[in-house]
Amino acid sequence: MNLQLSHFSAAVLFGVFASVVFGITQRSTSREQIRYGLYCFAMFVGGVFMAGWVMWLLRR
Amino acid sequence: MANPSTTKETVPPQPLTAMSVVAPAIGWLIPGAGHLVQKRWIRGLLLMGSIVIMFLLGLAMQGRVYRPNGGDILDILGFVGDVGAGGLYIVTRALDLGQGAIAHATADYGTKYIIVAGLLNFISAADAYHIAVGKKP
Repeated sequence: MNLQLSHFSAAVLFGVFASVVFGITQRSTSREQIRYGLYCFAMFVGGVFMAGWVMWLLRR
Repeated sequence: MANPSTTKETVPPQPLTAMSVVAPAIGWLIPGAGHLVQKRWIRGLLLMGSIVIMFLLGLAMQGRVYRPNGGDILDILGFVGDVGAGGLYIVTRALDLGQGAIAHATADYGTKYIIVAGLLNFISAADAYHIAVGKKP
């Protein structure tokens, strides 16, 4: 099997899985876990966009 | 002026129970199982799903699985990350998968997926230990 993802989809999928684990392991209550997981995911996706714009600026 | 050493909280020693040894061990071997044996069903299944899918996606993306005798320091660090996946790593090595013939631009993501799946499983096993000793509900 040879799965070829784009850079963006690979980074977002990475963020999904890492956020689930971070949320569950770093907080105690269910509500906090969901909130922290969503926060981590938002940071991952935000970081992807930020890195994308930085690379665009460097390429100019 | 308060002496910092006197105001510091003393943490009582945690009792060493069978579960505090079994849960992280089985959690390392089978991702999420450390939570499942303690009846944290949803958490265990979510952890298992995330780590196993991440590892398998890494293999599907032609990611490289590091060997213990890589020689290079970065290879050794890669091995430490990979071995965190426990049973997944053992099965992958037994089936001789993860040769890592990088044939396209995003194949390196596969290697990173496999390493991070192992590292996340270390965190998961540590969390199972904290639940077993009562530090976490």
